[in-house]
Amino acid sequence: MPNWFPSLADWSWLDTRIVITAGLAAMACALPGNFLLLRRQSMMGDALSHAVLLGIAVAFLTAHGLQAAGILSHDSYDATRHAVMFVGAVVVGVLTAVLSETVRKLGNVEASAALGVVFLVLFALGLLLIRLYADRVHLDPDCVLYGTVETAAVDGRLIRVNGAMLAVNLLLVGLLFKELRLAAFDPGLATTLGVNAGVMHYGLMAVTAATLVAAFETVGSILVIAMLIVPPATAYLLTQRLWLMVALSLVVAAASALLGHVAAIVLPPLVAGLLGWDSNVGASSAGMMAVAAGALFVVAVIVSPQQGLVMRVLRRAGLRVRIAEEDLLAWLYRAAETLRAQPATQSAADAPDTAPPNDPLRPGWLWQQLALRRLVRRGQVQRTESGPQLTPSGHQAAQDLVRTHRLWESYLQRHFGDLPGERQHRSAHQMEHYISPEMREELAAELDRPRHDPHGQEIPPPAEQDSESL
Amino acid sequence: MSVRRALLGFALAIGVALAGTNFPLAAGEHHTPGSPPSAKSSATVADLSDRARSPDWTTRLVNLLTLRDYNTRIVLAGTALLGVAGGVVGTFMLLRKRALVGDVVSHAALPGIAIAFLLAEALAPGEGRRLEVLLLGALVAGLVGVGCVLLIRRFTRLKEDAALAIVLSVFFGLGISLFTIVQDMPSGNVAGLQGFIYGKAAALTALDVKVISICALAALVLAAALFKELSLLCFDEGYAAAQGWSVVGLDLLLMGLVAFVTVIGIESVGLLLVVAMLIVPAAAARFWTDHLPAMTLLAALLGGASGLLGAGVSALAPRLAAGPVIVLAAAVLFGISMFFSPHRGVLARVRERRRLTRRIKRQHLLRTCYELLESGGESITADEATVSLAALEADRDWSRQQLQREIAKAQRDGLFRRTSTDCICVTPRGLDEARRVARNHRLWELYLIEHADVAPARVDRYADLIEHVLEPEVVALLEQQLAGHDPHLQEVPASPHKIASTAATP
Repeated sequence: MPNWFPSLADWSWLDTRIVITAGLAAMACALPGNFLLLRRQSMMGDALSHAVLLGIAVAFLTAHGLQAAGILSHDSYDATRHAVMFVGAVVVGVLTAVLSETVRKLGNVEASAALGVVFLVLFALGLLLIRLYADRVHLDPDCVLYGTVETAAVDGRLIRVNGAMLAVNLLLVGLLFKELRLAAFDPGLATTLGVNAGVMHYGLMAVTAATLVAAFETVGSILVIAMLIVPPATAYLLTQRLWLMVALSLVVAAASALLGHVAAIVLPPLVAGLLGWDSNVGASSAGMMAVAAGALFVVAVIVSPQQGLVMRVLRRAGLRVRIAEEDLLAWLYRAAETLRAQPATQSAADAPDTAPPNDPLRPGWLWQQLALRRLVRRGQVQRTESGPQLTPSGHQAAQDLVRTHRLWESYLQRHFGDLPGERQHRSAHQMEHYISPEMREELAAELDRPRHDPHGQEIPPPAEQDSESL
Repeated sequence: MSVRRALLGFALAIGVALAGTNFPLAAGEHHTPGSPPSAKSSATVADLSDRARSPDWTTRLVNLLTLRDYNTRIVLAGTALLGVAGGVVGTFMLLRKRALVGDVVSHAALPGIAIAFLLAEALAPGEGRRLEVLLLGALVAGLVGVGCVLLIRRFTRLKEDAALAIVLSVFFGLGISLFTIVQDMPSGNVAGLQGFIYGKAAALTALDVKVISICALAALVLAAALFKELSLLCFDEGYAAAQGWSVVGLDLLLMGLVAFVTVIGIESVGLLLVVAMLIVPAAAARFWTDHLPAMTLLAALLGGASGLLGAGVSALAPRLAAGPVIVLAAAVLFGISMFFSPHRGVLARVRERRRLTRRIKRQHLLRTCYELLESGGESITADEATVSLAALEADRDWSRQQLQREIAKAQRDGLFRRTSTDCICVTPRGLDEARRVARNHRLWELYLIEHADVAPARVDRYADLIEHVLEPEVVALLEQQLAGHDPHLQEVPASPHKIASTAATP
């Protein structure tokens, strides 16, 4: 049993609460994140997560000022602070969107630069305020930036806040699903159908900012962007249906919260052990949750059913094997043909149609062996003492291939007659794998069913017709 | 020629950078060996802020302006170099429309710093805090981050913005986690590393500035040497590829420069804000010029100025952290540029638009006068002609006040003369101008009828839109086009449609 396992044995109700809190926050963030991602405004999430700091700082200072002025009792301080914080964040969120749009339009500045200028200035203001008054209002910039899920999970308030935010977001997405989908995929159509683009845009910004504020105490205002964009991006790779993407993003968000916390407990002792230090160390859960989300994303990149790297490699390998098989069939057919024509004047070496042994287009040895084994298994080729031989069904397939090849050569000869024969052969060598039977017969019809290709080789008749006539 | 000028500019910037690095170092060498000339020379952060708090405001200002303080000199040199390098590299990033990639590079640098610290501690305990090691880690991690962005774009169907956001957040999360691990390490507290996140300009040392100036010099020399290629990349990617340049290679090189700037700024403004030095000065410089070398130079100047300004303000008021103040200083320069630059500035464009509306109003007024005179059967060839205000008011949907204002303005320019309260007299100059305006209008109308098959009833509206911006060359072309059509072309041709205002004339 690995020596890090005991570290998980200490799992307590606190760990469960941390995972639930963070999971709720991550799921609440992932919902608006889906639409940011589809609207290609992911960096807007980054900008908002930075700029919201100003709203938080101003809210803290306002609440503190009210308390200091005696307007606010100590009991209502926390509640007021949170209310002000939400309002401040929503205002700053919309402000970021409005200001960057203003700078872009007024100054003719490129959109991403305008966004950068605005959110960095707001963030700098927030940072400045926090560091000016941090000691007075008990606001630690570290807590804002990285979150304090480990300590804050003790009381149930964060669970309630994040749960409420998740419920609100679910409700909004549920009610406005059609409008959101329309505005994300076809803003022009959305506008003509009466969906107000401006309201959708600024509404999304406001909801995102509010969600960020709800989540910042859990995962921190910067890591929140990991929860905003990474789970939807992961889901985006896995499906092409919007509702499924939204659902999957929720699953991924929850999973990254759980995995992140487990990793935060499990991994640091491992690293410390590797470096030869005392293994009594822990990592920030919020940070590890971002890393876990990233890890899930990488997994999706690799194994996604449609565009995953594995699927791509498999698809490409399948294509290569098919090409190798077809090349082998055609080669065997030509070899048999040359053997039959041996008494004629033309020697085998002169036949330009036969793939020469050192053909650069020839698939590699490994592919050839693989192709041979598959052909034998399918009964199109049989192994004999003098080498592989075509079976009747293999002969039919090969005949069609060679027919395609020579028809394409004839076609090239007719329309691009000045192409040298070698080039015609190369092109036909590639095209024979992609031309469907219907297209082959179209070619034949257009060329008035020629009997011989430009090199004087006979163009075999279609295999099925052949077998019918027999 | 422009490239040579730009190279000269870079040489100047490098010279500034060199001078900037040399004098604090030289000063340091003077001060450290012997007894310091003043107790202030070997100050640390703590006594910098203590000391800065003690003397009154004017003393601090004098100290700052005369550069008497060794520490102030170092801080100013460091931040100015950051601004210069950031401006130059940011110019290319802005024009490449990749302004936010810098944000990814700087956030991605965080795990690099932590890993470099851990590795160095593992290899040689106690060496982990060596600045060069940490900055090397930041550089490598920043480049790895950009590499990940490229990989995501290459192997998935996600767009650039999503790739940026993913890499930025995941790397930053990794960095935060590693920092908490480092914090729990027996070899101790992370105080020195924490400064990288928020910056600690006041605590820059001569060694830091040395590293900073080497990085800045490297970035500037690279940018100067590859100026032509980088501008090609920014303006015509396809042409660069056709010329045999690897676009990906050039992009990576540009990212390398960005990583250099990040490393320069990571100590003074911190990695959260350093990207501002890549975006804001360059965006500000864009307002002033359309010429790339000039823009590069100006961005360097603006960046340097904001570095100096910010660090200066922060030295005067030590409670204000330098990093955010530098960014805000850059933002102020950006705001000034956005509003007051002569061509692209907001004010200039507003002024331009107002001038156009004024001209449109003036020309409408004059053309109305002409049409009234013409339909009244008065001789327009006379020197002066009188138009009644009532008729004018009925013709244009202007209020009496508006009309009076326009007339007063035209009067000031000598186009009208006021004879009585309800009549105005159009002066010979005014008549000339009115004739020209009406002629332009009708030439365009004729052109539309002749060549664009527009119904005569509709041409008035279209001609209204274009008559104010008809240049003399265009008028000459119109005359040429319509030469065979109307024998009276040298005069004002008759209106091809019924003029609406005739109802108002008796």
